[in-house]
Amino acid sequence: MPAPKQLAQHEDLVTGGHRACAGCLPMTAMRQLLLAAGQDTVVGCATGCVEVVTTIYPYTAWKTPFIHNAFENSAATISGAEAAYTSLRKQGKIDKKINFIAMGGDGGTYDIGLQSLSGAMERGHNMLYICYDNQAYMNTGIQRSGGTPKGTATSTTPVGKVIPGKTQFPKPLTEIMIAHDIPFVAQATPGYPKDFTDKVEKALAIDGPAFINVLAPCPRGWRYPAEQSMEYARLAVNTCFWPLFEVEYGVFKVNRKPKEKLPVSKWFEGQGRFRHLFKEANKGIIDEVQAEVDRKWAWILKREELTQA
Amino acid sequence: MARRLTLTGNDAAAEAMRQIDPDVVTCFPITPQTELMHKFADFVADGEVKAEMVLVESEHSAMSAAVGAASAGARVMTATSANGLALMWEIVYIAASNRLPIVMPVVNRALSGPINIHCDHSDTMGCRDTGWIQLYSENAQEVYDNILQAILIAENPDVLLPVMVTFDGFIISHTVEVLDALEDKEASDWVGEYKAMYTLLDTEKPATFGPLDLQDYYFEHKRQQIEGMSNATGVIKSVGKAYEKLSGRAYGMTERYMTDDADYVVVALGSTCGTAKVVVDEMRAEGKRVGLLKIRSFRPFPHAEIVAGLASAKAIGVLDRSVSFGAPGGPVHKEILAALSGTGHQTSIVNYLYGLGGRDISLDHIRSVFEELETVAGKTIAPNEVRFIGLRG
Repeated sequence: MPAPKQLAQHEDLVTGGHRACAGCLPMTAMRQLLLAAGQDTVVGCATGCVEVVTTIYPYTAWKTPFIHNAFENSAATISGAEAAYTSLRKQGKIDKKINFIAMGGDGGTYDIGLQSLSGAMERGHNMLYICYDNQAYMNTGIQRSGGTPKGTATSTTPVGKVIPGKTQFPKPLTEIMIAHDIPFVAQATPGYPKDFTDKVEKALAIDGPAFINVLAPCPRGWRYPAEQSMEYARLAVNTCFWPLFEVEYGVFKVNRKPKEKLPVSKWFEGQGRFRHLFKEANKGIIDEVQAEVDRKWAWILKREELTQA
Repeated sequence: MARRLTLTGNDAAAEAMRQIDPDVVTCFPITPQTELMHKFADFVADGEVKAEMVLVESEHSAMSAAVGAASAGARVMTATSANGLALMWEIVYIAASNRLPIVMPVVNRALSGPINIHCDHSDTMGCRDTGWIQLYSENAQEVYDNILQAILIAENPDVLLPVMVTFDGFIISHTVEVLDALEDKEASDWVGEYKAMYTLLDTEKPATFGPLDLQDYYFEHKRQQIEGMSNATGVIKSVGKAYEKLSGRAYGMTERYMTDDADYVVVALGSTCGTAKVVVDEMRAEGKRVGLLKIRSFRPFPHAEIVAGLASAKAIGVLDRSVSFGAPGGPVHKEILAALSGTGHQTSIVNYLYGLGGRDISLDHIRSVFEELETVAGKTIAPNEVRFIGLRG
């Protein structure tokens, strides 16, 4: 699989000049995604930041075919496009191999689009679903989602006199997708481009449904300086908050085992949305999150050991 | 050569779909639409059709996948009823706005709540402003004929709008009737091949579908959509004429049943028109000048045909099988008032609400409507003086 240097020679299939904020890693993820997927790719995207910043009529940033339908139905929409392709191919009306990629943010995937995603995966369409997870509804103004970490300050879970941010742990979406028993499930981040693009290539080569959950930091929502996006993406991995791993036909593989597993507080530091957690009264929340990160990391390693054997 | 068949309305719809053989059919079950899709699933299982059947997890996904498939250049059909239509409503609107020629039989059923599985028109009347063309069917023959015509209407380049072919739940969907169908070759020649202008599968000429459309263009796109719907009137008529040549059965925007010299006219749509025709025949035999104006195309609404069909009427009874809560009358009634306003036609118009949740409408009920019309002619009826047919208490 090509290294990032080689991929960088490919034509960029997402143009510049779109309206994303400086430091937007979801858009970096899109560029990396299409460098790996190539021109013969149909992309569908749920309503959200990526759709909004790339398709303001009469402009489009997409050099591949692209469809936006609504918020909760990116997977169903692409499953329809894939069914059309299958039908027309069987009839001999189209010949070339085409990739089908559906996408949504964490709001469009963990929450409102979960049913549509689950249905499409169960039906076994030959498609890849990419969740660009920036951990809140950023497009509508940083409201909490099912993917927002515990303790996060958002517009709907503000830090008040009584409640210190979001009180729930995030929904284990990647685990839910593993439980769908589809051929390929992975976690990635544009902070590790080769790992991500390798996974995209693998997912597209597999016949059947695949899912990649891509952690994509958002400087506006996470409240850190825009030039630090890559750093926060990598810190999430090296604190094991966001382990890079893949599950291919049930076999776990951990793609990055940090030499030094950093405490989760190292990832929290400098992000405005977690600032309140460093006050004495809230430190218990960091400990709770750390315990959860440790438990999940150990469980991933354990399953790698069990399934690789 | 016509084939004489004995089918339920659902099976007649499935038979039309078998002959059309769309590229993609998306489906989620809901009573009373279920047997239509069972029948089509049989065709798929037996290899009688080439269609890819996408058995989704909700009606919302049925319409979403239909939008995806139609954007990929496929000829696409789905079918639903009541709550299923309500659940897909958001995407029903998007399908029309994206100018996708999807054809969807809708088996009319009362919307919840309370939950009820029987016929009224609250489901499709609730969708009358979504930008879909709506053809209402009187019987299984019309279900079959309307679906075949809907494909050509939807795909006409001057229209490019989706079409709902509606028929009354259980009353038509589950009742066995005799109908004439086209030969398979006649039907497939009739619908021909579908070629979309743009498709998602053309990766060499990539296009963006469903972009964000703000203050500077949205309005113009809606204006174009209005134009498409306006063009549909002519296309529905010309397709109807071509279909008459093929099948011997005539179709227009409305059907005028003995209205030309009628003093008293009932306006209705759906299966009730069959009942009303029997009453018109009986009363004509008694020497009464009564008639029925059947609306086939509710969207686009046939204003000119309505005005012509009601020209001689001294009193008009408008039958509504759904409520427009808070409005002076039902949805059909309001359209009739609007069609006649400014024409100078002096007539008394009475709105009747009937048949909600599958409440039966009988010959006697319709006769009593005509009898009441005889007494109100020349009187001014306030639009909110709605009469209820067959209501207890």
